[in-house]
Amino acid sequence: MKKNIIYLAIVFSFIFIFIVFYKGIYKTNIYVPNELNNKNLVQFSSKDLFSEVELNSSDLILNNKFTIINIWASWCMPCRAEHSFLMDLSKNSKINLIGLNYKDRPKNAKKFINNLGNPFSKILIDPDGTISIKLGAYGIPETFIINKNNKIVKIFIGQLNKKNLREIERIVEQ
Amino acid sequence: MLPGQLGHYSLILGLILSIGLLSYSFICLKDGNNILQKNIYSISFIQLFSVILSFFCLVYSFIISDFSNETVYNNSHTTKPIFYKISGTWGNHEGSLLLWLLVLTLFIFLFLVNSKNQPKKYRLLTLFFQQIIISGFFLFLLFTSNPFNNLFPVPREGLGLNPILQDPALAIHPPILYLGYVGSSIIFSSSLAALVKKNINSNWAKHIKKWIFVSWIFLTLGIMLGAIWAYYELGWGGFWFWDPVENVSLMPWLCLTALLHTIIVLEKRLILKSWTLILSIATFTLSMSGTFLVRSGILNSVHTFANDPGRGIFILIFLFVLIFLSLLIFFFYQTKETDPEKNFFWLSKETSILINNWFMMYFLSVILIGTTYPIFLEVLIEEKISVGPPFYQKLLIPFLIPFLVFMVIGPNIRWIKDKFNKIKIYQIIFLLISIVIAYLIIKKTSSQYLFTTVLVAGAFYLFFNTLRDFFRKNYNLSQNISHFGFSLFILSILFNGIFSNEISANMKIGDEIKFNNSLIKFMRIETYKKKNYDSIIADFEIEDEKKNITTLNPEIRIYNQPVILTSEADIKSSIFSDKFLVMNLLKGEDYFNVRYQIKPFMLWIWISILLLALGGLISFVKKVK
Repeated sequence: MKKNIIYLAIVFSFIFIFIVFYKGIYKTNIYVPNELNNKNLVQFSSKDLFSEVELNSSDLILNNKFTIINIWASWCMPCRAEHSFLMDLSKNSKINLIGLNYKDRPKNAKKFINNLGNPFSKILIDPDGTISIKLGAYGIPETFIINKNNKIVKIFIGQLNKKNLREIERIVEQ
Repeated sequence: MLPGQLGHYSLILGLILSIGLLSYSFICLKDGNNILQKNIYSISFIQLFSVILSFFCLVYSFIISDFSNETVYNNSHTTKPIFYKISGTWGNHEGSLLLWLLVLTLFIFLFLVNSKNQPKKYRLLTLFFQQIIISGFFLFLLFTSNPFNNLFPVPREGLGLNPILQDPALAIHPPILYLGYVGSSIIFSSSLAALVKKNINSNWAKHIKKWIFVSWIFLTLGIMLGAIWAYYELGWGGFWFWDPVENVSLMPWLCLTALLHTIIVLEKRLILKSWTLILSIATFTLSMSGTFLVRSGILNSVHTFANDPGRGIFILIFLFVLIFLSLLIFFFYQTKETDPEKNFFWLSKETSILINNWFMMYFLSVILIGTTYPIFLEVLIEEKISVGPPFYQKLLIPFLIPFLVFMVIGPNIRWIKDKFNKIKIYQIIFLLISIVIAYLIIKKTSSQYLFTTVLVAGAFYLFFNTLRDFFRKNYNLSQNISHFGFSLFILSILFNGIFSNEISANMKIGDEIKFNNSLIKFMRIETYKKKNYDSIIADFEIEDEKKNITTLNPEIRIYNQPVILTSEADIKSSIFSDKFLVMNLLKGEDYFNVRYQIKPFMLWIWISILLLALGGLISFVKKVK
């Protein structure tokens, strides 16, 4: 009897530890450096993916909407995975969604958009990755939320999930 | 393209062989024959060969910068020097797991070759358990982190290897550490096998002791290399930061050190059987947990490469399956040790070794709690905390004092039963000398007087005693060197901690500042263009009171792929102290942030760890009497 209790205790404590670790894996633990938050978005300019017209970042920021810049590439698997969330976001009228195509080939990028749909109002290209560095990006995918005053209010590093989506909607509603 | 496919297929072959060996060794267990089937050696060799082949295919892909391979693309670049192209092979998640697998298969092959005087069924069962681990890793590699994934279209240039990983110490740090980690898997498998086959005896202890020493030596050296890397490359002026990943390598080390001592008791006295088994299981489990914590990205640290939950879940499930399996076997086959004669006498070597184990377990629990507590807290009540050096120092350092004293007493006590001899005069003299020296040294500093004096005195006491033991007739050379090394280690880190001095200032070219009777002059800077980075090298002169001039040339590197700034400290080592200077760029100004440190006894930290490992090595090569 006493032995059984010990066994049960061991089994339960292991199950408990397992659950904690399991949940822990899904927690994001990348800390966004504070210095980037609440900073103005840096100026940059680049060509449009489709029209190849040179565009300036200040032209893209609309005064009545939140701007979201999403850095993506056709070869990036997490980008593919988060694409459906971006499609959802594009339906929100308060959001102006802009894509930054990172180190990609235009042909592949266009194919990606044709296959999965285009959530972006504009797609700029960043063939050598320098714009992403200017923005202070860690890697891709990465999503910057910029308010009406050209300030970065939030950065999501890595693949977006449902929770992030709700958070974005909350920020936009304010 | 081709080496990628070859590597991929030889991995699949390895997995098939692993499953084959699993079933074959199971079938052979029922065979009454006492000689191990010859083809087991050959299959195991082919498996080893297939992993070696696969590993070299990956190395080759890195050397020729084959960017059709995703791993190469993510972690290499054509402008990298060849040395770092090769070390880039295991500087990433996929490659390092392939290295794990390589060492796993290598060790089980070596085990089979070197265990011919052991019972056949025990060897088969060890092979069986080891192949469970191996096949788990094969599955993990093939399904979640295949190093041979193809990219199409082929990119023209790679993303580059993280510059802070481009360091010679770090290039060899993972392989050495893995030899230690993975070596513990053999101990794990063989303990379970010995338990099931009721083969736990002196003979087994003697045989597995060699493997314990192998793992222990490599783990010690691996941790040291990591510390050296942190000291020279990270540029923070320290060598140990209680970073979760550092802790994760220290935990199996503590466990293994406890095991190292316990196995001697088992060999000599046939007691502590269950305890030995628990330690063997725990050592490997901790190594695996280490891999889990590092690889799953559950911890935030300088070592976290992969942040893929899928991988984390695989290792987590695998880890828990192994733990459950081993616990199940342990409880099912465990036998009670009820021999009354073999009870402990309070004054005996076995008691003193048990005390060593208690200390090890205490140190282990503190580190375990400090490392995992933040995870629990975050998951359960969503609070982020960070457990830092003060926690560990407050909880660990006071216990070093009794630990040091027991290290003096323990080795000189006899087995089974010892008598209270008259306390020897030299012991008292040593103790007094230690206290006096410690007092004289600490007197000058303002730090916590009494406590530090006692601690330093304890370390000196061990130092003198082990030093004296070298001149005795029948002393155990390996043990004495290790213990002597440990006392030196404690002394070095204590002095390093107490006497380190630093100054931080913003300087521009031509500036001078005074620090501790010496003058720091910022002479000039020069810029160079290197193959894969641009560098700014500064020229500093340190003039001490005797007008001796030391030149220090710290460097700032701006790597091109990926663009990362690193500060390379310049360190001038001498026997008793290191001069450490590092500078950082201040944005948009012509000032540099300069940090100058004097770090005494740094060299002795490395020397003492080498002595510690040397003791293990001597014990390993020593002929069994």
